[in-house]
Amino acid sequence: MTKKTKTMNLNFGPQHPAAHGVLRLILELDGEVVEKIDPHIGLLHRGTEKLIEHKTYMQAVPYFDRLDYVAPMNQEHAFALAIEKLLKIDVPIRGQYIRVLFCEIGRILSHLLNITTQALDVGALTPSLWGFEERETLMTFYERASGSRLHANYFRAGGVHQDLPRGLTEDILKFCHTFPKIIDDLETLLTDNRIFKQRNVDIGIVTKEEALEHSFSGVMLRGSGIPWDLRKSQPYDCYKDFSFKIPIGKNGDCYDRYLCRMEEMRQSIDIIKNCINKMPLGPVKNIDGKITPPSKKDLKNSMEAVIHHFKLFSEGFRVPSGEVYTAVEAPKGEFGVYLISDGSNKPYKCKIRAPGFSHLQAMDYLMKGHMLADVPAVLGSLDLVFGEVDR
Amino acid sequence: MVYINIFFSEIYKIIFLLLPVLVSVALIVWLDRRVWAFVQKRKGPNVVGPFGLLQTLADALKFIFKEIIIPASANKIIFILAPIVTLTLSLVAWAVIPFSNEMVLANINVGILYLFAVSSLSVYGIIMGGWASNSKYPFLGAIRSAAQMISYEVSIGIIIVNVLLCVGSLNLNKIVLAQENVWFIFPLFPMFIVFFISALAETNRPPFDLPEAESELVAGYQTEYSGMMYAMFWLGEYANILLLCALGSILFLGGWLSPINIYPFNLLPGFFWMIFKILGLFILFSLVKAVVPRYRFDQLMRLGWKIFLPLSLIWVILTASFLFFLDMLPTTG
Repeated sequence: MTKKTKTMNLNFGPQHPAAHGVLRLILELDGEVVEKIDPHIGLLHRGTEKLIEHKTYMQAVPYFDRLDYVAPMNQEHAFALAIEKLLKIDVPIRGQYIRVLFCEIGRILSHLLNITTQALDVGALTPSLWGFEERETLMTFYERASGSRLHANYFRAGGVHQDLPRGLTEDILKFCHTFPKIIDDLETLLTDNRIFKQRNVDIGIVTKEEALEHSFSGVMLRGSGIPWDLRKSQPYDCYKDFSFKIPIGKNGDCYDRYLCRMEEMRQSIDIIKNCINKMPLGPVKNIDGKITPPSKKDLKNSMEAVIHHFKLFSEGFRVPSGEVYTAVEAPKGEFGVYLISDGSNKPYKCKIRAPGFSHLQAMDYLMKGHMLADVPAVLGSLDLVFGEVDR
Repeated sequence: MVYINIFFSEIYKIIFLLLPVLVSVALIVWLDRRVWAFVQKRKGPNVVGPFGLLQTLADALKFIFKEIIIPASANKIIFILAPIVTLTLSLVAWAVIPFSNEMVLANINVGILYLFAVSSLSVYGIIMGGWASNSKYPFLGAIRSAAQMISYEVSIGIIIVNVLLCVGSLNLNKIVLAQENVWFIFPLFPMFIVFFISALAETNRPPFDLPEAESELVAGYQTEYSGMMYAMFWLGEYANILLLCALGSILFLGGWLSPINIYPFNLLPGFFWMIFKILGLFILFSLVKAVVPRYRFDQLMRLGWKIFLPLSLIWVILTASFLFFLDMLPTTG
């Protein structure tokens, strides 16, 4: 007669130090082996999508900063692109370059945080402090351009809010020269570290087919060997002007995803360098006064500009009715905005596709049969930020 | 009257040993944090006292005045007993550690056996704490740490056998004196490495800090503890780390002996050499903490049973046969 063992239910989070914010997992453990994982989400739900329906298009931008607050401008980008598609307007070349520049900075911001917290989750504490040093520098770039370290509110329909301050591009270039050294340092701590490898290789394997079935995107897809990157496959803004490689993994385990992110940071650095070197002069936003606010100088001289200004900041601009889905390659995967306009100054509906959401729902399938200690490792490699999962 | 005198002189000796140990634990915590911060490009504690040296005392003060929370579902007696056991055991072991040929509280003939026995007992503190908390994370932490400490105790035991074969005595003073010509780290170098790693595991230091693995078990067996009871666990832990550093320097680094027995070096009293060696080992402990990730539970067990145990066993046979065939077996008993 076999004795039936009882499994133990363990409540992991939301106050757990490795819960990445406010994730709550109900684990069913057999000893240390995970039998079942039930993720509970919604602890950071703020009703973003509904709130956006009650804001003008310009007022809705800051909500996108607060989705994936690790790389705010990438989200704004998707929203701005969606509005531009509906308005059928173009963005001046300089505006596009500035956007790409900051999207790539956002990518580094996000990957840096993810890699170092993944290391933190398997017990290496030092990388996170080294990484945060660099994130701090990057955030000052954000601050110098937009006035805010985190919630930038910088991308607008038709361009960006304002031109870059003097000297910023030089400082970013300087950073691009020193940063690869930091990546090397992080790699010496992690990439060849036997313990780090033992904790990540063959953990949380996703096969190609399963990655597609679970509607993964971003690194979760590329880690499994599918070279899918929206910047390449359906280039938006000026991404087609840049040549960069898409790193892909082989086994689809946590370690491959880590390596992909490392390489993507290096590619981002190249893009940033190219972007700054190629950046033309000119306006940074569409000059249609009905969509973008007029300059201070015009406000003093032109009655029309004053009217535009008043209308923009009270009523906002009207967007022709229609619907559109745009997606950008955010650091975490495909970040999409599905926007329906009814011709008024507010979106009729704004559905946000957050990559983390579909990654999180694969948690149970990824973790089955692994040990309790692998839960944070896999969680780290999924790159979840609850701002976007819970929205 | 004579007995009372003896009693008091013993008490005096014990206090003379324990106070420095406790003070050095406080300083060593500071050192640990500073080394750690140095690696991480931080400053570390540098505000309280000169160079932040009094930080640990300030922390201790805080712990003393904090409320001790005992969970409603805990087994109160065992819950309170657990940190006491941990701290007591980690301090009791210091009795046999020689700081120089004369500076030893109890120069007993089975010193190393005593140390081994006491450090084996220290797992009880953790098990009691984890079990009495009656909570899931501490429970898992306690199970892990019991398994871990038992497995690594075995390999430490066999490493010690290596040293004992070369010495021919269980007395710690004799072990040190046997290294007058050559420290055991040189002939037994692989064993020193294994000892160092096992010591990390034995004291629950990274990469073997699974019992209190933050990202998995919150704080392991200490999760439900607060205030002074938590501080006692913490004191015990660091006292244990120091103890193993001391043991390492006695077994492999020639204890209080100066590295070169010539004029300017042997002026310094042996006591200082002992302290230097302990500190050196401890800094290694801290550096390891700063750079490595954490093992997974099964990997830890595999390392202990499948790699360290066979390795140290083979080395015992090597040492024994080497000594036997070259007729170098120690004669003194």
